[in-house]
Amino acid sequence: MAKQKEKKLHKQHNALSNGIAYVVLILISIVWLAPFVMIVLQSFRSYNEGGGGMVEYLLPKTFSLDSYKWLFSSESQFFKWYGNTFIIAFFITLGQTAMVLMVSYALSRMRFKGRELWMRVCLILGMFPGFLTMICLYFLLKNFGLTQAGAIPGLILIGVASSGMGYYVCKGFFDTIPKSLDEAARIDGASRARIFFTLTIPLSKPIIIYTALTAFMAPWCDYIFASYVAFGYSDSYNVAVALFRWVKTNDYQGYFTRFCAGGVLIAVPITILFMCLQKYYVEGVTGGAVKG
Amino acid sequence: MKKIADFFKGIGNDLKEIGVTFKEGDWKTRISFLIMGFGPLLRKYFVRGIAFLAIEVLYIYYMVVSGSKFLAKFNTLGTEGTHMDPKTFLTVYGDNSFLILLYGLMAILITLLFIVVWRMNIRENRKEELAAKEGKAVPTVKQDLYSLLDEKFHATLLTLPTTGIATFMILPIIFMICVAFTNYDYNHQAPAKLFTWVGLENFKNLFSFGSAGFGGTFFRVLGWTLVWAFFATFLNYFLGMGVAILINKKGVKFKKLWRTILVMSIAIPQFVSLLYVSKLFANDGLINSYLMKWGWIDSAIPFWTDPMLARVTIIIINCWIGIPYLMLISTGILMNIPEDLYESARIDGANAWQMFRKITLPYMLFVTGPYLLTQFTGNLNNFNVIFLLSGGGPQSMSLSGSAGSTDLLITWLYKMTVNDTNYSMAAVIGIMVFVVTAVISLIVYGMLPSVKDEEGFQ
Repeated sequence: MAKQKEKKLHKQHNALSNGIAYVVLILISIVWLAPFVMIVLQSFRSYNEGGGGMVEYLLPKTFSLDSYKWLFSSESQFFKWYGNTFIIAFFITLGQTAMVLMVSYALSRMRFKGRELWMRVCLILGMFPGFLTMICLYFLLKNFGLTQAGAIPGLILIGVASSGMGYYVCKGFFDTIPKSLDEAARIDGASRARIFFTLTIPLSKPIIIYTALTAFMAPWCDYIFASYVAFGYSDSYNVAVALFRWVKTNDYQGYFTRFCAGGVLIAVPITILFMCLQKYYVEGVTGGAVKG
Repeated sequence: MKKIADFFKGIGNDLKEIGVTFKEGDWKTRISFLIMGFGPLLRKYFVRGIAFLAIEVLYIYYMVVSGSKFLAKFNTLGTEGTHMDPKTFLTVYGDNSFLILLYGLMAILITLLFIVVWRMNIRENRKEELAAKEGKAVPTVKQDLYSLLDEKFHATLLTLPTTGIATFMILPIIFMICVAFTNYDYNHQAPAKLFTWVGLENFKNLFSFGSAGFGGTFFRVLGWTLVWAFFATFLNYFLGMGVAILINKKGVKFKKLWRTILVMSIAIPQFVSLLYVSKLFANDGLINSYLMKWGWIDSAIPFWTDPMLARVTIIIINCWIGIPYLMLISTGILMNIPEDLYESARIDGANAWQMFRKITLPYMLFVTGPYLLTQFTGNLNNFNVIFLLSGGGPQSMSLSGSAGSTDLLITWLYKMTVNDTNYSMAAVIGIMVFVVTAVISLIVYGMLPSVKDEEGFQ
């Protein structure tokens, strides 16, 4: 009898704690989703309400596509900027993935003179803040004619050039691929290059997707360097520079709903892409954290 | 220390080898010391010989045409400024300190590179001579090229990344370190005006506490940077772990749904979400509007205009950014904790809190120690969150160099560069960021349990 009662108590206790857990999780979900719901709602607000500025209520009184229409109209260069960002992101993804794979393979699989030094130099360079070198990079690019009108290839160059330093997660993954596989292939007469292309790369699909995904997402947020390099030349803006200007310039009142609409147009495709590849992202992030 | 000793020993051995090569070498080898590739050419290794010779010719051409001009002015960074000719009223373009510094450094780096190639040339001569003495064949060019795909594949792989890092990372960093020792600022803008070396002047300025000095501001910004990094790291860490435990709890359903909702904030570009959130908390933003409408407050809460409140708001909003990452990471690790540890603890009558403190937490800390360290140093330089949320503001009269109350060293550096064009002070701050990061990394790394005791949890 006593045992049964205890069991029942235990069950009640469990139900209660699960209930609390659900309440907390629902609250968390609301907090995490609220900003996105708000952006979407406000992007549909008509210009007749507050002239597309900030208003003190959330739900639009009349839903309209005013802001979206404006973005698609010839008045705005939004799709030019969208295209710019996509081109930058695409080429940076290609270049950065290649760089990271090359460095990771060399450091993980091969032992050579200067390997330790190479890694140590990267570690030390990584401790310098990124924006320190901004003006110097700007002048280097300017020399090659890769600022203002040529800002897009310039940003791609900068994005790819030193990306080999971000090899940590990928090398950690390569380290887990058994070395005996390489050795077996070498006994069969395969060269290192062949092993790299026909053995290691096919085995590394998750980490390649992770590297490409993170590389692809970063340029959509790049405001600082992009605005510095494209300075005053609006044809070379990326979306971050453009939207940031809409929010921060003094007439942001008029541009607030346009900012929301633009934000939605940027966020939706990236979010869908991310959600499809979420599995690989989680693998990469947790792997990177554990191997440090 | 041993590393440094080894380094000098290595150089010593190298010099000795060069000496031996010269002493024991024939006249072809000795002439190769001056005319690179001379030996290989006479020994009929044409490809190698021509390659070495071409590099030497190119180097000399570069130095004569461009490099030497900049190197000659490197110690003054230019003496003749841009001015107007009093007779013809035409602008005379003088020296450009910026370019002298940049190309001077480039010339030095290229010279170092040339010395390395020169050393390779010596070694090649030695190899050929020894091979000739023993009657063995030197590997053919074809074999050499094949080795670049096999046992020397690392050289092929690393050439492009190394070149990129050297040009767009190492050269600019050395350049900016040099700038920290010049007076390159608003009043000395190249190309119109010259700037020059000023020694430790800028560093003195950073640590001077007078009305013109940056000392007071520097330590206040540094203090907030450390406080911010501490909260941003550990608050996210524990809250993220908490959320992960909550989702993993037995009996909680829709685990995937909860995770997906949190992960969405990683997917959406930060500049969209954070800019929006910063507007949400503005004085005329939605949160204040609704609170006033409901009569809970009479005047807007100054989320971004009150220094203390702005700091707290930033730390809290940063949880919104950081918790999902930590949730993902801790979920993976929590699942790896052996279940029987908890089982035996339960039999011993431990409650949930005790189990967390004695099993979960030590395990987590052990596994994620290095990650926490990189998180902390990453947060020291967490530009995006601060810049997009508060822009470093509110501005404060008591801070110099246009720093605001929520400015981190890195956002201050940015303002110095872009708004004040005070490049030399920005470079000094950049060096200080490096020093802070390096010191913290060195100290903490030695204290990490997983470094001290690698087998601890196995």
